[in-house]
Amino acid sequence: MTDIDDTHTDLYGPVTDWANDFDHAVPEYNERAHEIWAEFQATECPMARSERYSGLWAPFSHEFVHEIAYDTDHFTSQGVVVNTGRPMIEAPAVGPAPPITSDPPFHNIARRLLLPPFAPKVIAEWEPEVRRLCNDLLDRMGDITDGESIVDGATQYAQSIPVNVIARMLGFPTEDEELFRGFVHDVLERINEPVEERMQFMGLLDAYLDEQITDHRNNPRDDLTTYLMNVEIDGNKLSHEHVRGSIVLLLIAGIDTTWSAIGSSLWHLGTHPDDLSRLATDPEVMTFALEEFLRAYAPVTMARLVKEDHDFHGCPMKANDWVLLPFPAANRDPAQFERATEFVIDRQVNRHGAFGLGIHRCLGSNLARLELKVAIEEFVARFPSFTVDGDVTWSVGQIRGPRRLPLRVLATS
Amino acid sequence: MRVEVDTDTCQGHNRCFTIAPELFDVDDFGTAVVIGDGSVPAELEDKARLAEANCPEFAIKIIE
Ligand code: HEM
Ligand code: SF4
Repeated sequence: MTDIDDTHTDLYGPVTDWANDFDHAVPEYNERAHEIWAEFQATECPMARSERYSGLWAPFSHEFVHEIAYDTDHFTSQGVVVNTGRPMIEAPAVGPAPPITSDPPFHNIARRLLLPPFAPKVIAEWEPEVRRLCNDLLDRMGDITDGESIVDGATQYAQSIPVNVIARMLGFPTEDEELFRGFVHDVLERINEPVEERMQFMGLLDAYLDEQITDHRNNPRDDLTTYLMNVEIDGNKLSHEHVRGSIVLLLIAGIDTTWSAIGSSLWHLGTHPDDLSRLATDPEVMTFALEEFLRAYAPVTMARLVKEDHDFHGCPMKANDWVLLPFPAANRDPAQFERATEFVIDRQVNRHGAFGLGIHRCLGSNLARLELKVAIEEFVARFPSFTVDGDVTWSVGQIRGPRRLPLRVLATS
Repeated sequence: MRVEVDTDTCQGHNRCFTIAPELFDVDDFGTAVVIGDGSVPAELEDKARLAEANCPEFAIKIIE
């Protein structure tokens, strides 16, 4: 297994003033995220700003995040991952990766195409496959000695689950797992690198997908890639670019995110023995625990671009400024949730926004929930007691989750 | 008691369907629909309230 290199060019350097020189892509941010959000939520103004990335805003209250997510008049999804560049001014309305980069009215057309293969009842059929995959990964950890063996919950487990599931759904060779992981890392985590380098990463991914699409054209089969190549809008098949863009989106949107959610949930259980033993002895609590993992450790922060100069509650936003949508921070806002900073394993009322709010609600949420639930169930069934033991490394950038997660196994079932 | 789903506001988070499959169903696009005319038998009132309280889009209404 190759290690992912988490070093990145620190374009702007460390942050000392989070309110006025904010940067979510310095390593300290994801390491201390919960503290940083709580500080903002306790002040009068829950909005950070920065000249980095040629202008960036970051709201931390549920109210602001909710408002911006719904406001497609003032904010565009043409850019959703903050970087040093900007999308082309004359970009096509679909954006590079429909529907996540599309705005109304095109958004709904692109989205409706993808909804049926991700509908709850279709996704439920993947459960046995996901369970088998998780058990394979656990088996591959080899001989375990209770109290002695250390396994890495991120690299030996969480990381491999979504990659394999989506590759199977798309009908790509599962041997390409390493390749996918590299692509996802390049596009999502190395955001501080020069625009030319980022273009090069995208080029490599596009070339790979062109090959896969050609292979599907020659050998059609019953999978998601073939579905995308055959589906029609008003009697017309999708352009090659639209098919490829949708696949890019599924790879990027589905892999790092889910892996991070699984990893953070294991981190929580490895640091909170009471919650772990509750889950091990009372599996029924999973219905609520699943949503609480998603609330308390939501991995995904999205972004928008400001369309035109806009006064947002007194904040002078300029056209083309970035605005982060930290759903994970909104999920921990005491103004919205009781005991917001606590993990309440059987929390009954939980209107969390881990999968976004409004028209871009995560299309893969049914799949993500399935993967997270099964991954945790199988891990806990195999190892009913374990503890974090060693240095944990967190990802850098808009997706938050552990990238190295040493867990000492204390009991095997 | 009756439940209603505002289909324009519903974004298909599917929380209602998971919590109370006796009261809600989802269509092929993941949008929620109430089962039958949405009337809630007494023994399902708690579940209906739970579904309402967990919809992230505030798309469920309870009419008493
Ligand atoms: C725990 C795992 C996941 C989390 C927390 C998550 C979170 C999110 C969030 C917050 C959005 C909203 C984007 C926005 O407002 O701009 C989103 C959109 C999306 N997600 Fe996920 N996601 C996860 C897993 C997945 C998976 C497994 C897939 C598919 C294989 C997926 C596919 C998508 C797509 C296609 C969109 C765009 C929807 C649209 O723009 O209409 N996600 N996701
Ligand atoms: S929980 Fe709300 S948004 Fe989700 S499917 Fe039900 S009504 Fe729709």
